[in-house]
Amino acid sequence: MNFDFTTTTFDNRRHSADELAVIAKEIRQDIIKMLAIAKSGHSGGPLSSADIFAVLYFNGCMNYDSQNPAMPGRDRFILSAGHMCPVQYAALANAGFFPKEELATLRQYNTRLQGHPARDMGLPGIETSSGSLGQGISVAVGMAMSDKLLDKNNACVFALTGDGELQEGSVWEAAMAASNFGLDNFCWIIDNNDCQIDGRLRDVMNVYPIVDKCVSFGFDVVECNGHNFDELAAAFDAFKKNHAGNSGKPTAIIANTKMGRGVSFMEDSYKWHGMPPNSEQAVQALKDLA
Amino acid sequence: MQKLTLNGSKPTRFGFGEGLVTLGERYDNVVVLGGDITGSVMTSLFKEKFPDRFFSIGIAEQNATTIAAGLALSGKIPFFASYGAFCALRNADQLRISVCYNEANVKIGGGHAGISVGPDGATHQVLEEVAFLRTLPHMTMLVPCDYTETLKATIAMGEKNGPAYVRFGRSPVPLFTTADTPFEIGKAQVFREGNDVAIVACGAMVWEAMLAAEELAKRGIQARVINSPSIKPFDVQTITDAARECGAIVTAEEHQIHGGLGAATAEVVAKNAPAPIEFVGVKDSFGGSGEPEELMRLFGLTWKEIYASALKAMERRDKGSSGYRQVRDVEQYIGA
Repeated sequence: MNFDFTTTTFDNRRHSADELAVIAKEIRQDIIKMLAIAKSGHSGGPLSSADIFAVLYFNGCMNYDSQNPAMPGRDRFILSAGHMCPVQYAALANAGFFPKEELATLRQYNTRLQGHPARDMGLPGIETSSGSLGQGISVAVGMAMSDKLLDKNNACVFALTGDGELQEGSVWEAAMAASNFGLDNFCWIIDNNDCQIDGRLRDVMNVYPIVDKCVSFGFDVVECNGHNFDELAAAFDAFKKNHAGNSGKPTAIIANTKMGRGVSFMEDSYKWHGMPPNSEQAVQALKDLA
Repeated sequence: MQKLTLNGSKPTRFGFGEGLVTLGERYDNVVVLGGDITGSVMTSLFKEKFPDRFFSIGIAEQNATTIAAGLALSGKIPFFASYGAFCALRNADQLRISVCYNEANVKIGGGHAGISVGPDGATHQVLEEVAFLRTLPHMTMLVPCDYTETLKATIAMGEKNGPAYVRFGRSPVPLFTTADTPFEIGKAQVFREGNDVAIVACGAMVWEAMLAAEELAKRGIQARVINSPSIKPFDVQTITDAARECGAIVTAEEHQIHGGLGAATAEVVAKNAPAPIEFVGVKDSFGGSGEPEELMRLFGLTWKEIYASALKAMERRDKGSSGYRQVRDVEQYIGA
């Protein structure tokens, strides 16, 4: 079975919705190939959030330089839901942070593409190790404090959590602090696909209503269809406006998504949270995505 | 060797608080996070002097630890201090992943360590954190013996890159080291020469070890007293030398006997120079309310237990392992 990666990369200028759809498709195909080669890893979350990553990394939203990943004053992205890392690895590779062929090393011994993001392995674009849920968002708040309150620069910090991750109490400690310190340079993205390993969120531990919770914690909340590029772009624009206007309030983007989006037999099925496709399934998935 | 003499008493937490101020004066990127008990862990001194570099995180130790990681990954040197029960154990996973796995330059000050906290009781008397922290890759773990050494340890950990933790207490403890007493992360110091038995101690038990050595000397026994404030990295050479040259060892710590300084010592001795070891510490129990000195006595953390354990370790050495017999009562030795 041929799961070779293309050499296609994309730039970070603003793109049309159609162009973003092409980028998101490439990211999804890379995710399927990575997981099929690794025979291990999470399918559901990476596919549900691929459109978010397309807008985040390829629409002028984040200020980064893939050739100078440690650029001072850069915007930073933290994947708090570390198990979703295939989507971040694919986005970084498509942005030119490292060669796409390295995606084939996911989860192998000594790879820079560890099963969960590992800062000490030195993959360009990985700002922190994550994987123990509820911590990345808090690290991101610390970074946003450093940018806004100490360095007083113009940098923004983005953190993506899953929705099941909201069951971790420390998430709300972080949210409280983001609001307390008036971190309008902090953007919290929630991939709300309503699936976790054991089932629907309501059946495992109800975290809804998410919007009301975020509002009451002092966030400016934008709820959007996480598979609609115009809505996603508008959500990030709203955050940038908050930041530029020194609103003194952090922003939460609640992106309503479907787990396994784009693959017929995975879509909206929590059974695919933590499973990779086998070779045959991967071929079918790539057909679905083509 | 410097002659160490008693110079009153002072809480080690004062050394931590004053060390932070010194670091704040030296380095603009030192910042401090508070966990609502800033007065009792003495971060209030830094807060008063450098209000722009102090952030109150509230009663949220997990968040404070991970925020510290974010600050460290942004080039700051963040210190977070609380009671050890809450800033070493409640946040254990945050220390493991966001701090140590990240190799983030985060510094933790763990106050109210041990039973000498006194009346607050077991919930606040952390006796387990040394065991946990010394298993974390990249972590530096320090247990200084008095106010002066805590001041030095705080400054030293601030100036060393990487995760670090310093343990200190609430109540006044004997002050006997001076500005001239050597301190270096990774090094133990011989505070008293002797070749008959070695006493390895940390924290407030170091002074008790000195008292025990004086009593032993009255019987013609010269005990080597080793102050080991650096639990990790551990001074393997000094401990190995002591095991080879004395052949009998006592460890003393205000911590569970499982997993702490005694265990670190035993790991080294068993590998490099097997010798009998006796462990003075808390014996698999929680603390409780009481006056600090009363608790130290009731939990067997005084010079008397060290003294008795030294005789016992020597006896085991001299009789060989087959001659080992259970010591039924500390008083059997004290009264001897």
